[in-house]
Amino acid sequence: MAYPANFRYTKEHEWVNVEGGVATIGITDYAQSELGDVVFVELPKVGAKLETGRSFGNIESVKAVSEIYAPAAGEVSATNDELTKTPELLNSDPHGKGWMVKVKLANAAEINSLMDAAAYEAFIAEKGKEASA
Amino acid sequence: MDSVNSAAKTELRKTPLNALHRKLGAKMVNFGGWDMPVEYPSSGGLIAEHKAVRNGVGIFDVSHMGDIRIHGEKTAGGALAAVQHISMNDASKLSIGQAHYSAMLYPQGTFVDDVIVHRLGEDDYLLVINAGTREKDIDWVRQNTSGFDCVVEDLSDAYTQLAIQGPRAAEVLQKLTDAGLSAVKNYWFTHGSVCGLPNRLIARTGYTGEDGFEIYIPGDTATSERVWNAVIEAGKEFGIVPCGLGARNTLRLESKMALYEHEISDSINVWEAGLDRYCKMEKGDFIGRAALAKASSSEVKRTLVGLETIERGIARDGYKVFDCAGEEIGVVTSGSPSPTLSKNIALAYVPPAFAEIGTIVCVEVRSQRIKAQVVPTPFYKRAKKASPQAAGTA
Repeated sequence: MAYPANFRYTKEHEWVNVEGGVATIGITDYAQSELGDVVFVELPKVGAKLETGRSFGNIESVKAVSEIYAPAAGEVSATNDELTKTPELLNSDPHGKGWMVKVKLANAAEINSLMDAAAYEAFIAEKGKEASA
Repeated sequence: MDSVNSAAKTELRKTPLNALHRKLGAKMVNFGGWDMPVEYPSSGGLIAEHKAVRNGVGIFDVSHMGDIRIHGEKTAGGALAAVQHISMNDASKLSIGQAHYSAMLYPQGTFVDDVIVHRLGEDDYLLVINAGTREKDIDWVRQNTSGFDCVVEDLSDAYTQLAIQGPRAAEVLQKLTDAGLSAVKNYWFTHGSVCGLPNRLIARTGYTGEDGFEIYIPGDTATSERVWNAVIEAGKEFGIVPCGLGARNTLRLESKMALYEHEISDSINVWEAGLDRYCKMEKGDFIGRAALAKASSSEVKRTLVGLETIERGIARDGYKVFDCAGEEIGVVTSGSPSPTLSKNIALAYVPPAFAEIGTIVCVEVRSQRIKAQVVPTPFYKRAKKASPQAAGTA
């Protein structure tokens, strides 16, 4: 799956897409593939304040729980409630219908420190090498 | 997100099929010091693997399991006496070709490990033990059988052990062996050729709650890969898939089969674990018997129950259990979504007062407490077949 060029990416495998000061956040295709079948998603409430690097939700596969970390600070303006009923959207369309939250950013410039698509692809290629070593 | 455990770089042990698992693109994890496949994206992942075993057939590499042979020397019955001393079930009841579930106990009646005891010959036994406890088990067996006239052999590295599990397992394996599998009953075994390899142990056992076989073949990579590939080829028409430890865990949990360090451990005794029916107090003395006689099954402080969450959330291993008044009463030993039942299930230790079916308890899932109900176990039980012959015609 291609990593959209207009997104930014974290080392914890979240993506961020900023449009007009609002960041849509989700997990990457690499992340969903590492997790396996997603069966449960726990999201923050609208209005919740996110702090950079702090956990704001959980994704559960059959075998494990993984925390989701905020790529940037801000206030949650929308959550993807579809994920409650159909968590498998995170597997089938992680960069699209599997989005998790929209956040009104406290400081839009924070996003600039994140990886772009090329850097992220290089980052996961390196991870792949480690795993098979 | 946290990255899922990838295999650590240091000194993990590998089964002879390790390279093949990696070639298949399996996700590998460190399981008790072993680099093992947890799921195969190429099989469709854990849920698909689980369903293949329930509805068709799957193959597992379980070569990390240990094998200890105890056979007699000069005195007739030396090996039997040794097995009777270290194992709680009654091995004198086994016919040649029969196996049973049992456990080795500490003097206090808690678990060294659970085992499958196979009676190979007149005074010849094979104990199949867990991977994570292999060294401990072998030391335990050697120490505690030293006073008996028997020979203890650690055959763990000699075999590749494959589990072929599911309602179509017999049809798949029958293509590869001259042994008549329909004559082999559950928890019995036979010897026969497998893929041309003579005299292989073929046991109708498993850890999935489904019909199936475990076969023991020479532990070199070339032979192991050849047999694995032959099973895959033979199973194609039934949709066979390679299955990892993830599906193995959800399958055994649905069937309420114990996992060491979860439902059984060195601090849980036989009565608490509810494994009374495999513990034969009347057979004579064995390690752990005196403590169990004193502890009495009617006075346990905690007992293993099945839970089903009735509020949104998954009760997982180690989560605390509370009563409705908010008092901590126990702990979840294993918990997972159940792919067969589409419910979130768990096994937990709670005081007997909370063991009645329908009792509502709460499980602490991160910062919240969610309601769960005590339900009958096993969560899943396979339908009995009319006859082994009928299986192939369905």
